[in-house]
Formats: sequence, C-alpha cells, structure tokens
Amino acid sequence: MIQAIAFYLFATVVILSAAMTITARNPVHSVLWLILAFFNAAGLMVLAGAEFIAMLLVIVYVGAVAVLFLFVVMMLDIDFAELRAGFVRYAMFGLAIALVLLAEVVIGVGAWNAGGVDLASRVAPVDAGTALGSRPNIEAMGLLLYTRYLYIFEAAGFVLLVAMIGAIVLTHRQRGGVLKQNVSRQINRRQKDATRMVNQPVGQGVEL
Amino acid sequence: MTDFFQNTIGLPYGWAWFVATIAGILLIALPLMLAVAMIIYADRKIWAAMALRRGPNVVGPLGLLQSFADGLKVFLQETIIPSSANKGLFLLAPIITFTVALIVWAVVPFQAGVVLSNINVGLLYILAASSLGVYGIILAGWSSNSKYPFYSAIRAAAQMVSYEVSIGFVLIAVVLWAGTFNLSGIVDQQQGHVLGLLNGFGFNPLLFPMAVVFFISSLAETQRAPFDLTEAESELVAGYQTEYSSMAFALYWLGEYANVILMCTLNATLFWGGYLPPIDWAPLYAVPGIIWLFAKILFFFFLFSWVKATVPRYRYDQLMRLGWKIFLPLSLIFVFLISGYLMLTRVGVPA
Repeated sequence: MIQAIAFYLFATVVILSAAMTITARNPVHSVLWLILAFFNAAGLMVLAGAEFIAMLLVIVYVGAVAVLFLFVVMMLDIDFAELRAGFVRYAMFGLAIALVLLAEVVIGVGAWNAGGVDLASRVAPVDAGTALGSRPNIEAMGLLLYTRYLYIFEAAGFVLLVAMIGAIVLTHRQRGGVLKQNVSRQINRRQKDATRMVNQPVGQGVEL
Repeated sequence: MTDFFQNTIGLPYGWAWFVATIAGILLIALPLMLAVAMIIYADRKIWAAMALRRGPNVVGPLGLLQSFADGLKVFLQETIIPSSANKGLFLLAPIITFTVALIVWAVVPFQAGVVLSNINVGLLYILAASSLGVYGIILAGWSSNSKYPFYSAIRAAAQMVSYEVSIGFVLIAVVLWAGTFNLSGIVDQQQGHVLGLLNGFGFNPLLFPMAVVFFISSLAETQRAPFDLTEAESELVAGYQTEYSSMAFALYWLGEYANVILMCTLNATLFWGGYLPPIDWAPLYAVPGIIWLFAKILFFFFLFSWVKATVPRYRYDQLMRLGWKIFLPLSLIFVFLISGYLMLTRVGVPA
C-alpha cells in the first residue's frame, strides 16, 4: 500500500514540477522546479528497485548539473518580456514536436502491448544472483558494462573526453600581463635576496 | 526494534515498522541536537584555550549551558524578512540546510548492526545528500537579494562542487578496497586490516594519503577555517547568512555544526575503523563500539577546532588551486595505484 501511495506521490510531483519548470516566470524558479522533478524521479527509481541509478541521478543531475544551471541562470540578466515575445511565432513548431512525441509514445505503448520481444533480458542479460540474496544493482550494472558492453562504454568515455578537451580549447585564451603567484619562488626567497644593509654616513643621500 | 514493537507490544507488522522507524529517527536526531549544542561549546572552549582566554564560563557550571542560552536568545528574536527578498525561497533555504544535515545520519552505523537504514548504496546516499547541501547556501544568497550574500553563495557553490570531486575519488579508493558501498560493510572490512592487528584503512600506507586528503576536503566541504571564505567577515559581512535572523539563522548554525560532526564521523568510519577499537585485540572489544566511535568523532572534532584556531584563511585562488591542481591529480593517482595493487593481489596478472 505504502508503495502505491509513494508512487502516486512521486509521479504527481514529477509531472507537476515539470509543468512548473516550463511555466514559471522566473528562470531561477524554473531551475528549482527542475531540481524537484529530478529528485522525485530518483524517488521513482528507488521504488523500481534501481537504487544505484537513483543515487546517481541525485549526485550527477541535482548535485552537479543543476548547480551549474543555477549558477549561470542566477548571473544572467534576462529580459523576461523578450523571452515570451517569440511564443506565437514558435507555437506551430512546438505543436509539431509535441505531436511527434505523442505519436512515439503511442507506438511505444503499442509495441509493449504486443509483447513477446522480451527486449530487456536479450539486451541486458543479468544473472539475478542466488536464491539467498539477489545481486546488488551496482554489481549487475558493472558486470554488464565491463564485459558485454566494454567497448561501447569506453567509446562513451572517449566521447566525453573529447567534449571536455573541446570545451577547454574553445574557451582557453592566453592572457598577457597576468601576475601569477609562484609558490616555490616565494618560499625559496631568502632575506639576502630581498634586503640590503647600508651603513650610510650622515648627510649623504642613499644610493638605491 | 520492529520485533520489539511487534512481539512485546503486539502491534501488526506495518504499524510496528512505522513506530520503530519514528522512534529510531528520534533516537538519532534528538541526541544529535544535544551533541551540536555541546560541540559548539567545546569548539569555543578549545579556541579560547588556544588563545589563552577563558571562553564561555558564565551560564551554568563551567559555562556548559551557554549554547542553550544562545539558542533561547535567537529563538525569542524577531524573524526579519527583507522586503525585497524572495520570501518563499528565503524561508526554504535554511530548512534545506538543516534537513540535509539530518537525513545523512540515517545510514551511519553507530555500532555493529545499529543503524537506522542499512542500505546497499550507503556511501552514494551520503554523497547525494551532501551534494544537496549546497542548495541551502545558494538559495540563501540569491533570495536575500543582497550583494554580499550573493557573492558568498557563488563562492560556496564553486568551493563545494570543486571539493566534492576529490572527495568522490577518495571514496572510490575506499570502496575499491572494501568491495562494498554499505557503511557497516566498510567498517567490518577494516577489522585487522593492517597485519591483522590495526583496525582502519588509514593505517594502510596506500590509503593514508587519501585519509589526509579526505580530512582536508571535509574541512572545505563544511566551510570551516581555513576554507571559510563564504563567511569571510572582512570581505562579506557574514556571508550568505547576513540577512538571516532568529530561528532561520539558528537553523544554519545547527546545520553547519551537524555537518561538522557528520564529517568527523565519516572520517572515523571510512578510514579509522568506525565503531571498532583501533587495535584488533579482544579485551578492547569489551568497550561498546559506540564509545569508540564517539572517541574518534571527538578526536577529529578537536582537529577541526585546532585547525580553526591556528590556520589563517586561504585566498580564493589558493583554495581552487588546492582543490583542482593538487587534490584532484593526487587522488586520481592514488585511485590508479590502489586499483593496480588490488588487481595484482586479488585477481592476479592475466597471462
């Protein structure tokens, strides 16, 4: 019973907060609604028994991605009126995308109803563990990722690496005239390198 | 505890579970609040001793009730909400900080088998919950609609995200060695870890540098000195909590110290054997595990206070340099070394 209550709670909040994400007037509020949606999606994952995915969803999306979103959105100076101006112009386009998505959902549900494909156990055959204890999520995923899908997994890592290097190359620029702190030079500097004792006779200027 | 409510009192299973869980939560949260009050007092006494002062010594015997007096004072003050603040978020932010500081305790093992929720992904849960902590600070800074809190929030966000990266790698090193994400499992793996004699991953020469990195990162993660740039009073008034007063301010205060205690507990649990005695010798096990855990927590808290009393504040570029240019490569190298060592000793070199 508690599972059913939890499921409907999480599901309702996900849908509501997703709707609020696109209707909120303030972009910071939008990001916060998005975070709430992520969070409740993680709750749904826990209910489905995928606790590892749930935790990753919170760590990666809520803990890192959304923080960066928030960071950027908070510092932007956005004219809200201007953002809304294009609404009518893009309405038809948006409607078309919505129709395509709806059609995909209908086709997907139809395929699922047809049954018989048993896609999951063919694409991701997981040894469910012994009768004594089922295999933890993390182990099952690790086994699949590092054996059957090793090359695809590594290729994905490679793509991310390329993206990271690309971002650095695009934004990196050499700036001249920047004074940088050289810690080892500071530490190695001794008193005799920096100061000079002068025993100057009275009445004559100091030569610097 | 569920058994007790089911069999002794005779509740049906569902209710017994419910009552047992609520009781467990209260059993952790209420002593935690008391511990926070006492640890604030201890903190002030330790700084005072290091600065050759007396510290709080007026309220109650030896000043023991000082924190309660302070708590009562802020409780009786008026809650002021700046007129240009974003009211909902302004009030939500301290609640987030405080709640996040409390929920993490659900997976901390206090003694063998004594844990509120013994989940498989305990360590990931802690990472997830602590990554939520940053929202309390960002939202406070932004919703205050004031210059200095906003600077502070930006600083805090960048700082916490940076140090979480190296904390993540340190945790990976621990998980690789323990072979589990479950915190009780990690503690059990540490029994007789070094030469069958010392309990604790920290005694292992390959993991000791990671323990040091974790300790320093936990200082940065809780925004304690020398990384307390978010509250640098010479630059930012009082940081993100400048506009807060009364209970909202107290919630930040409590949440901050609850996080400090939590980080001390994690240091003790992940690297120094948690509820196990430091040496694997039978008579030491006569002392209950929770006493050993408390002793370790207090030791690490003393280190936190010691650092706060003696180390000057970092500059922001130094903070970022330490996080990204020193800790990140160092922890990456150690993850590499540790996984290589484990591969050699546990799996063997494939022919």
